[in-house]
Amino acid sequence: MAEPLHALTALGRPEPLDETIGALRLTERIDIALASLAVRKGREGDVAAAAAAAGIPLPDPARHAAGPTHAAFWVAPGMWFLEAPFATHEDIVARLRPVFGDAASITEQTDAWICLDLSAPDLVPLFERLCAVDLAAVPEGHATRTVIEHLGCYLIVHGRGAVRLLGPRSSAASLVHALQVAAASLG
Amino acid sequence: MIIPHPLLGPRDAQEFVYLGDASLMNRPDGMTAGIEAFHDWLYQRDNPAGIHRELWYHEQGDRSWLVVTRNTLTHEILGAELARDVARAMGRTK
Amino acid sequence: MTQTHRLAGGQIDRSRTLRFSFDGLPYLGHPGDTLASALLANGVRLMGRSFKYHRPRGPLSAGSEEPNALVELRGGARREPNTRATVVELFDGLEAASQNRWPSLRLDALAINDRLSSFFAAGFYYKTFMWPAAFWEKVYEPLIRHAAGLGSLSGAEDPDSYDKGFRHCDLLVIGAGPAGLMAALTAGRAGARVILADEDFRMGGRLNAETFAVGGMAGADWAAAAVAELGALPNVRLMTRTTVFGAFDDGIFGALERVSDHLPEPLPGRPRQTLWRIYARRAILAAGATERPIAFENNDRPGIMLAGSLRAYANRWGVAAGSRVAIFTNNADGLRSAIDLQAAGVEVAAVIDARPDAPPDAPPLPGIRHLRGAEVIDSAGRLGLRAVTLRHANGRTEVLRVDALGVSGGWNPNVNITSHHGSRPVWDPAIAAFVPGAGGPRGLVAAGAAAGALSTHGALAGGQAAALAVLGDLGLGARAEALPEAEDAPVSIVPKWHVGDGRGRAWIDQQNDVTVKDVVLAHQENFTSAEHLKRYTTLGMATDQGKTGNVIGLAVMAELTGRTIAETGTTVYRPPYTPVALGALAGRSRGPEFKPVRRTPSHVWAAEQGAVFVEVGMWLRTQWVPRPGETHWRESVDREVLATRRSVGICDVTTLGKIDIQGTDAGAFLDRIYCNTFSTLPIGKCRYGLMLREDGMVFDDGTTARMGEHEFVMTTTTANAVTVFRHLEYCRQVLWPEMDVQIISTTEAWAQFSVAGPNARRLLARIVDQDISDAAFPYMAAGEVTIGGLRARLFRISFSGEEGYEIAVPARYGDALIRRLMAEGRDFDAVVYGTEALGVMRVEKGHVAGNEINGQSSALNMGLGRMVSRKKDAIGVVLSQREGMVDPGGYRLVGVRPVDPAGRLVAGSHLLEQGAAAVIANDLGWLTSKVFSPHLGSDIALAYLRGGEGRIGQRLRAVNLLARPATETLVEITSPHFLDPEGERLRG
Repeated sequence: MAEPLHALTALGRPEPLDETIGALRLTERIDIALASLAVRKGREGDVAAAAAAAGIPLPDPARHAAGPTHAAFWVAPGMWFLEAPFATHEDIVARLRPVFGDAASITEQTDAWICLDLSAPDLVPLFERLCAVDLAAVPEGHATRTVIEHLGCYLIVHGRGAVRLLGPRSSAASLVHALQVAAASLG
Repeated sequence: MIIPHPLLGPRDAQEFVYLGDASLMNRPDGMTAGIEAFHDWLYQRDNPAGIHRELWYHEQGDRSWLVVTRNTLTHEILGAELARDVARAMGRTK
Repeated sequence: MTQTHRLAGGQIDRSRTLRFSFDGLPYLGHPGDTLASALLANGVRLMGRSFKYHRPRGPLSAGSEEPNALVELRGGARREPNTRATVVELFDGLEAASQNRWPSLRLDALAINDRLSSFFAAGFYYKTFMWPAAFWEKVYEPLIRHAAGLGSLSGAEDPDSYDKGFRHCDLLVIGAGPAGLMAALTAGRAGARVILADEDFRMGGRLNAETFAVGGMAGADWAAAAVAELGALPNVRLMTRTTVFGAFDDGIFGALERVSDHLPEPLPGRPRQTLWRIYARRAILAAGATERPIAFENNDRPGIMLAGSLRAYANRWGVAAGSRVAIFTNNADGLRSAIDLQAAGVEVAAVIDARPDAPPDAPPLPGIRHLRGAEVIDSAGRLGLRAVTLRHANGRTEVLRVDALGVSGGWNPNVNITSHHGSRPVWDPAIAAFVPGAGGPRGLVAAGAAAGALSTHGALAGGQAAALAVLGDLGLGARAEALPEAEDAPVSIVPKWHVGDGRGRAWIDQQNDVTVKDVVLAHQENFTSAEHLKRYTTLGMATDQGKTGNVIGLAVMAELTGRTIAETGTTVYRPPYTPVALGALAGRSRGPEFKPVRRTPSHVWAAEQGAVFVEVGMWLRTQWVPRPGETHWRESVDREVLATRRSVGICDVTTLGKIDIQGTDAGAFLDRIYCNTFSTLPIGKCRYGLMLREDGMVFDDGTTARMGEHEFVMTTTTANAVTVFRHLEYCRQVLWPEMDVQIISTTEAWAQFSVAGPNARRLLARIVDQDISDAAFPYMAAGEVTIGGLRARLFRISFSGEEGYEIAVPARYGDALIRRLMAEGRDFDAVVYGTEALGVMRVEKGHVAGNEINGQSSALNMGLGRMVSRKKDAIGVVLSQREGMVDPGGYRLVGVRPVDPAGRLVAGSHLLEQGAAAVIANDLGWLTSKVFSPHLGSDIALAYLRGGEGRIGQRLRAVNLLARPATETLVEITSPHFLDPEGERLRG
């Protein structure tokens, strides 16, 4: 068997980004495995039961919820993204298949996104320069898709000072640049 | 404009892609309908000054196709439904 | 110079002195000054030359309505023309220059235009520069552009950046005068999320410019206290230096914040301006009112300004615009200016009151001549006012030596934003002004002076009432608190628009040099509607949008036509309220940041190799990779093609769209999406699919693999990845919601490389853990494999015509995979090929791509007609059978070679019979894609040719009339498959 391949981050670097710009700490997360879970037609009950048994939350529209190993957020009617630790769930699809059987369609999404955690005492001034989400008004656990500098991103609100962003991997550099510039412009 | 998404509440129309008249939902059956029926369905449109039902896609959102009812004279949006629900209500169920 | 015209008082910080220059001369001012107030304080009132006649001009106003005092601000790349000196906040080191003058402001050569004014009346350009037509571009336009126009651009790139942002509120209050402050206080105290925005750098509106009291204190102090209270409320956001310039649908407002315009240059990292998109559930327009002048002959001299502005300069900035002044008014408010100026120590020569029956003592004018029924008929002074001529009620004329004249023709509510959705303002005779009409933007209401309530009490009460109504609407309880006490003088006005018979030059719109005479001319020529009047005379155009002049123009037209002003109507206002720089609209999206960039997983490696990148959509793809010694792109491309065909080449194809399609109906769904059949595809195989639009034209193509019974992986073209995904969602949600299909994009998740050439399999066998022999992994096989235990996907497909594979690994391993492939492929002389070589190979092979899938071509046109299955219902099949689309003589894809191998082909050339004239009637088709084939040693092309199959072997002409001189090449029509038409290479 051939040698294993080495991995690079979405930014094309060996190590994840961890940067502080003014009050903002920007941390790239490469330790999260991601998969989409979509209910097959008429199998809502089966999926809900399987998820409950496995401790996997399946939150309502525009919501994120965390369970013991998996967290999940709603992305579309009948579809969620599930998060799990990469170290134990690199093969997240293979691990989820037995849980849901043929009741759900599951697709690996780990490498489709750059995952960034943003923290600051107050992220409202930053996000009001980035997207239309009313960060000051949305509740904790709010999860939504939004547009940042033309890029469709998922935004998960863990608090006024803690936000997770999932942006398209191929545009990771553009997204990070936009965040850096916006953070620097807050002066 | 703001589109009242049935699941997500008010969302900026910038997140959506517009397709056109919701009459496009009434696609003829390709195994039974002929060229004339398809032609009329694809090309013939009313152009109402007033209430118009139209298809919008929440591309930068949850990827739902919506049927939005809009007044073309005032831009007032009178409602939005999931197109899938509308289609099913039209009898498109197995 | 010293500040000769500085008075006591005002809201300026005299403890600090600011240096600035105008036309190269140094002056001093204070924080709190505008450029106009500081220049006036220094005795400078000549600030510009007018647009058309180059008349000397000074400021007419003290605000954003200013038509005259336009200057070039700053130097170098930051130079900004047409900046209103009346709103430029003074900073230390400010440099400003006058514009539209040569050689100097005081001595302007083109002032000759003023003498020739009879030639330059409205419509002059339309009538004069008509013939000969050829003169327009070469003679007339450059001439006009030189003579007219105001400031000039720096010509250098703007060194500053501009931001965009989004804000949300329950209530947006536009304007922070008494009405806006009261509205914000009422809503803010009730807990509503409020944004209060004002264009000024100091909130308070007219309260800062007036002397009367509010709530027992100076109005400016009351305003400052209100602002302080609002600033302490966490639910209220104050936005100074912010102009709400437009109302858009459903409570979206555009606002421009001048973040750094009051500084010499922005602080590091900070933007110059920020464009805010404000989402407001409700909005109150408290934009106040703008005074308008009265037109009389030579009413445009420096020193003649609006009466309210004259007192604003005295009250707010401690500046006397003149040492001996007069007031010309048709309403009671004009008298306030006389009183305030006199109180400030300025000599007031007379109040010339057009109202014959002006009430006595309203307000009292101690010791000032109050000339009832009088009017100003002319003025004198070459570069500034020296005297006015007035005519008394009894007809006697008198020359009054004054160096400043305040004119008040009444106040126009700033209704602008209320008509942004098409609502027309309505005429209110009680105040002789337009007020907001019905049907304005939903959720927006005007209050205070903007709604026609012109007293301070009226403003406070209106702001409070509007806020209470909003709070009620939003379900937020609030009670009406007692209003602070304030003046509530009634409006006393006798409409007076202009003086004289219209034969002299009495300015209406000073920015566009439109006079009463021009309106008379428009009337003579029957341009009598408000919209025609504007376009014929240019009344109300340019940076000030007629804020001071429009209503006078309409009133004069009403007089001429014998209609009322209400009948004459007004034009509808559109955004922006005041000018917005294009830079602000662009925001960060300029230069290399115009749009995001998408990088492939091999980007870092490719950049190390010196790859030349090309933008495809937003992707940066390797176009070719030059090797040392290669000086021309063709050398590199030819080498990449030949090396691939000889041994093995590798290309990053991550950019192709990848869509995961699952569900028990996935196969049946694909049967409806593609015109060919997929439900019969065995697991572990892939198939080329053709997608049509409902009109029967080809939409997209690509290879789709069956990974499981209910699981497919679709490939789309790079360009259509997004639209195909949208289309699939449409089909599964809208057309066939009964089907069990789930889709998700995986384009970004996988790094995918094409490995093609006779040695492709040998190379991959060194990397892939599994057996990929021809028997184990035949042509069109697809499946999951591992590379050193890592999950990967392998597809045996080819675009190049060689034995080919596409191998995919999770994107994070893409860099490692390309390095591994190149390292393992060293003894095969493996090359990386870019999009150019890819293009050459696919044309050699006769594969269609974007140039052929042009939205106007069917499967039949592409030679793929047999793929369209009639056995099932699929998108586009029915209409692809339309008569015109199945014409046997229609376009078919063919190959084209020059008869002389050294001959050149040009893409886009049209095909004609030999001997046929190059006219459209003889046109047979065109070359869609052209490449140089190193394999064949000549140019080759694909073409759409009428009756193409029947013409194979014929000789035609390929003519390109767009080249100079036109080119023509004798060509032979061939099969589109230039290479290996039987596909033997593919199967290895």
